[in-house]
Amino acid sequence: MTQVPDEHGRFGPFGGRYVPETLMNALFELENSYKQYQDDPDFQNEINYLLKQYSGRETPLYYAERLTEQLGGAKIYLKREDLNHTGAHKINNAIGQGILAKRMGKKKVIAETGAGQHGVATATVAALLGLECKVFMGEEDTKRQQLNVFRMKLLGAEVVPVMSGTRTLKDACNEALRYWVSNVQDTFYILGSATGPHPYPMMVRNFQRIIGDETRRQILESEGRLPEMLVAAVGGGSNAIGMFYPFVEDTSVQLVGVEAAGRGVDTEYHAATMTKGTKGVFQGSMSYLLQDAFGQVLPAHSISAGLDYPGIGPEHSYLKDIKRAKYYPITDKEALDALQLLSRTEGIIPALESAHAVAQVVKLAPSMTRDQVIVICLSGRGDKDVESIMAYTEGEGLV
Amino acid sequence: MTKVGLNLLDQTFETLKAEGKTALMPFITMGDPDPETTVEILLQLERAGADIVELGVPYSDPLADGPVIQRASERALVRQITIPKCLEIAQAARERGVKLPYVLFTYYNPVLQLGLESFFELVYDAGISGLIIPDLPYEESQEVLRLADQFNIKLIPLVAPTSRDRVARIVEYARGFIYCVSSVGVTGERASFHQSVDEFIKSVKEQTNLPVAVGFGISSHEQVSHFSEFCDGVVVGSAIVRKIEDTLPLLKDEATKEQGLLQIHDFVAQLKSGNS
Repeated sequence: MTQVPDEHGRFGPFGGRYVPETLMNALFELENSYKQYQDDPDFQNEINYLLKQYSGRETPLYYAERLTEQLGGAKIYLKREDLNHTGAHKINNAIGQGILAKRMGKKKVIAETGAGQHGVATATVAALLGLECKVFMGEEDTKRQQLNVFRMKLLGAEVVPVMSGTRTLKDACNEALRYWVSNVQDTFYILGSATGPHPYPMMVRNFQRIIGDETRRQILESEGRLPEMLVAAVGGGSNAIGMFYPFVEDTSVQLVGVEAAGRGVDTEYHAATMTKGTKGVFQGSMSYLLQDAFGQVLPAHSISAGLDYPGIGPEHSYLKDIKRAKYYPITDKEALDALQLLSRTEGIIPALESAHAVAQVVKLAPSMTRDQVIVICLSGRGDKDVESIMAYTEGEGLV
Repeated sequence: MTKVGLNLLDQTFETLKAEGKTALMPFITMGDPDPETTVEILLQLERAGADIVELGVPYSDPLADGPVIQRASERALVRQITIPKCLEIAQAARERGVKLPYVLFTYYNPVLQLGLESFFELVYDAGISGLIIPDLPYEESQEVLRLADQFNIKLIPLVAPTSRDRVARIVEYARGFIYCVSSVGVTGERASFHQSVDEFIKSVKEQTNLPVAVGFGISSHEQVSHFSEFCDGVVVGSAIVRKIEDTLPLLKDEATKEQGLLQIHDFVAQLKSGNS
């Protein structure tokens, strides 16, 4: 398999740099700085130190025995990214980009956020590194995730509610990009997912691959072999690509991405980019996209603010097209059921995003055998979602 | 099947150059507030002294645009204004007598979804002279440029104050004219411009024989007049789109529609009066 992306930031036909001219030199500057520091031991040491001493890595690979028993099939492990500082995998990337920003001499950082996890991670790293931080968040999401808004403010960041478009993650990304266009000379954009123009999809993947690298080492320790399957939720796809990437060459390992089907892929209310999307250019790169016949981007829907996104990272589109990874939709209801199942069997409340991955395993594990192994990327913890879960479950009479 | 012949955009710049004049280039969002009114507005723009017009295709995620054009896009999209619909409006205006060269301003994804070949056939048939795609830097534009050349439609590049060493390469692939972005930022009126913008534009002029136009943020006749001293074209976008927005209540009522159109005319004429 050839190395992706190529020098133009292409993963096969996907990726690239589709941005206003004003940003082009900033992207090249970013790419060059990243390449320069990527192999610099000093830079790596600083990141590794913070990942270990600050964020608490490595995160455990936990054998979910009771969940395994309950489903009565494959042996299920959870990669506990929820145990990171700030409660999700987002910190891996925020630390990496934050240190890169500092090395590049940038004093101001901006970020977009959906559920608020990347916003909190960026605000945290900005506080730690003494950087000025602005987080763009759809106004709709600021309501869904009030706790995270307050958390970011507590950390000294400014939260900018975005009133344009659908007032969710996609519009927060637009606004962050527009702000970057206007302030590109002194501002570093800490992009939170494996999306956007090159070099972001590559860089974010590389900062997140620690998830897969650790998993590989840990599963070899506990099982003495590689797993049959890796399962991860996909919005933009950063936790999934971080988990998948170190296993791409291991063709015996099935890679399963799980996207949000919202109220169902046959309704208008879903975020199932892989199931229902077509190729298009969106927010800086070519990838699959939810759009109408004339190229207008369609609003996405998911109970999970982090998956509520009409696009997807270009490397996922590539993995889908070369048939290396498969992507399945999971509805709001299925995710909530899985969330409750994991809470009650293992005492772990997953983030709504991660609950989508769990739900797919609920479907797949029973038909597999006891000697087969699945690893779920438990990308985040569910504390942030308790309120919206309460609202939903009360409305639906689930509890 | 390469299309040949004079391009209206080139012709207009040549004529203006011979007369020592600068092109006033209004931008409007097509279908804002509705297709019929856009035709009327195009007639007014020509009557008010516009030389070239930029036809903005509304888009759901306009990355390079500030709030004024974002709102115009949203208003137009309520009416499902697609690229084919924009071209219908442009042709309807031609039939009503508008002779201005048309430059289509569209984000890349709507173009891509039509299919590049079909897109160029449509815009060629609609009499479009130039094309601006703000999220298609030259690194990504090879195929589009090849087809644009084939259809004799000028693919106009943007250069920004941050382009620096990229300017030479960009102007090498440029057609029609060079669009200089006045300052680092998205579209929208600016009260003033950094002094360095004049030097930036002059440095671009030194690197090309093509006409050089400036845009982003220009909103008053003083600004138009200032840039006319050394630019071949001056684009006014958000200020006119805002004028249209302010006039919406008048435009929506048949009894006051003429009055609203007249206000738009007067606004553009007054921009031009600083252009003589």
